[in-house]
Amino acid sequence: MTKKILTCTILVLAMASCAFGAAFKIGGTGPLTGGAAIYGTAAMRGAQIAVDEINAMNTGITFELRYEDDTHDAEKAVNAYNALKDWGMQVSLGSVTSKPCEATAAENFADRIFALTPSASSAAVTDGKDNVFQMCFVDPNQGSASAQYIADKKFAKKVAVIWKNDDVYSKGIRDTFVEKAPSLGLEVVSETTFADGNDNDFSVQLTDAQKNGAELVFLPMYYQPASLILAQAQAMGYAPKWFGVDGMDGILTMEGFDKSLAEGVMLLTPFNADAKDEKTVKFVAEYQKRFNEVPNQFAADGYDCVYAYCQALTQAKATPDMSAEDLCGKMIEQFTTMTFNGVTGENVKWAKNGEVTKDPKGMVIKDGAYVGLD
Amino acid sequence: MTMRRLINLKRVEARRIYLTYFIVIIAYVICQTMSSTRILSSTMRGMLVPICAYMVMSISLNLVVGISGELSLGHAGFMSVGAFSGVAAAILMQSVIPFAPVRLALAMIIAAIFAAIAGFLIGIPVLRLKGDYLAIVTLAFGEIIKSILNNFYMGMDSGGIQFSMLSDTTRLLPGGKLIIRGPMGISGIQKIATFPAGFILVMISLMIVFNLVNSRSGRAFMAIRDDRIAAESIGLDITKYKMMAFVLSAAMAGAAGALFAMNYSTIVANKFDFNTSILILVFVVLGGQGNMLGGIIAAAALTILPEKLRQFSDYRMLLYAVILIVTMLGTNNQDIRNFFAKLNPFRHKEPEEEEAA
Repeated sequence: MTKKILTCTILVLAMASCAFGAAFKIGGTGPLTGGAAIYGTAAMRGAQIAVDEINAMNTGITFELRYEDDTHDAEKAVNAYNALKDWGMQVSLGSVTSKPCEATAAENFADRIFALTPSASSAAVTDGKDNVFQMCFVDPNQGSASAQYIADKKFAKKVAVIWKNDDVYSKGIRDTFVEKAPSLGLEVVSETTFADGNDNDFSVQLTDAQKNGAELVFLPMYYQPASLILAQAQAMGYAPKWFGVDGMDGILTMEGFDKSLAEGVMLLTPFNADAKDEKTVKFVAEYQKRFNEVPNQFAADGYDCVYAYCQALTQAKATPDMSAEDLCGKMIEQFTTMTFNGVTGENVKWAKNGEVTKDPKGMVIKDGAYVGLD
Repeated sequence: MTMRRLINLKRVEARRIYLTYFIVIIAYVICQTMSSTRILSSTMRGMLVPICAYMVMSISLNLVVGISGELSLGHAGFMSVGAFSGVAAAILMQSVIPFAPVRLALAMIIAAIFAAIAGFLIGIPVLRLKGDYLAIVTLAFGEIIKSILNNFYMGMDSGGIQFSMLSDTTRLLPGGKLIIRGPMGISGIQKIATFPAGFILVMISLMIVFNLVNSRSGRAFMAIRDDRIAAESIGLDITKYKMMAFVLSAAMAGAAGALFAMNYSTIVANKFDFNTSILILVFVVLGGQGNMLGGIIAAAALTILPEKLRQFSDYRMLLYAVILIVTMLGTNNQDIRNFFAKLNPFRHKEPEEEEAA
């Protein structure tokens, strides 16, 4: 409750401070309630910290941030997007999750409002749209990068994959992983699926992986099912290596989750809260101070998005009285040419199609915290 | 034929039907004018088409729940069959029929046909049951449809249309395109659904239902609803009439699904889950079972309400629930009903209608 009051106060203060001078209106949608709320909330908080920092810095650029809830649903996301448009949004943070972002990206494209999504990773988000950019990796890249990483580090030869067959994110990663694995000498010995509604019991999937002698289980999924898989594997005495992707991020902050179960779980994510560089340390400290938890990758993506906007707007000499359409043209020009350094990677560059290039970082969970693998 | 039938109706009944058409037309004209003159906010403009789709869903489910008296909890399933078949058809027709309104109309017709087929197939086992059993089985079929669509792949290449289940084994030739991609649904849909098209669909659905209800078959539906044994004893073919209502309802839901899907650039089967079925049932119950006007007003109100509550951020779903409960209790309270009845200018003419409603 106190946390909520605090957030509200910060928001009110932020809005009040912006009311004095003209600010760029920056808006985004994300799941702030419901099953995926942890992602939307994290991205919003990360973006809010960045906005507050930039507004305090006196660089000439000020932002006014507004996030609307889309409950991880395309229909609601479009409604939320329209609410932001009514508010006067000039540049957009798209949506936090993939499917809703596909829907809002189409609106962004039609309305000529520039979008930089923190974490919507499916390829269809940017496909065919010149003004929609991503801060995170596109799903297929995560699959091939994971396979590459596992092979490079020689974690295992025999790999099992458990994936969610009614989820875009899970399927996108699994497809490229399974495609890439054989060429790297990895053998996918077991491949099993689950779906919404039968995601409580994983004994069949785990038994299959165990029976086929998988040394490593790849979990391209969000953290809720992953937490059950870890618990049930321990109950049946199966202890392979676990490898996840960025959706696994958040497992340690999940309510009611026994952190010892996640001990030794590896994941590939562009953000490492334990990194010692100045930017990350500052961001993590601020986030912990405000919200009393370690920021995950979504928070970092949200944070970087706002800083990327700040850099692009400064370089383009944009002013808040410009229309969304004028800003859109300038942003496309900047984002396709600039190089950005943020907490989710150095030398971040964007291609013309909106995809990002940066190096992923391997992480492992040790003593209830994320530690860099390298 | 239609006119004579309406003239022969009891006057109150006819008045109610004309009032419904009148209100829908007036609402359309107002919204369309406000939308084209940009008085309407983007939020409201964006919701016009989904509201039309939900209105048709409400009319369609009202036919099953209100008129034929069977509780269906899987109506979103038919909506999704319509959405997927309609959108797939629209994509396939893209190069053949460049004129969007015609393509939309054809897609909705195809969607209605596919949903009707699904309704018929499901109706065969389901309509042998009654009451709670029927409700639970429709719920299960709704989930089955969702699961099938989540594992269904369809693509097109120069060799024709290819299908596969579970995983993508369509092996499309170069230049082919995967249209339905299992859990990823359909992406990159051309947004051809328009508010006028939605309005026309609502009007057509209303005409179908009103004409049906006031026909021989419609009276048979209600006879079966009110007393199954008595209806059977006078020789009504119960399965036939139930099937008729169920298939027709599925067809309308399918057309609504196609309209809904073509308002967004992407659609997934998970959108049409149990929650959506229940939402549609809430429209019907809140509007009054068998009351078409009530159902469509409830559909519009309950679609707009969550958006109007956005200012309350995290508490909005709580408020939504509270408003829903208060409305449900309020509309069922005799004192409150009497109070509103006193405000009704037509009250003295139709005292017995209050009972019937």
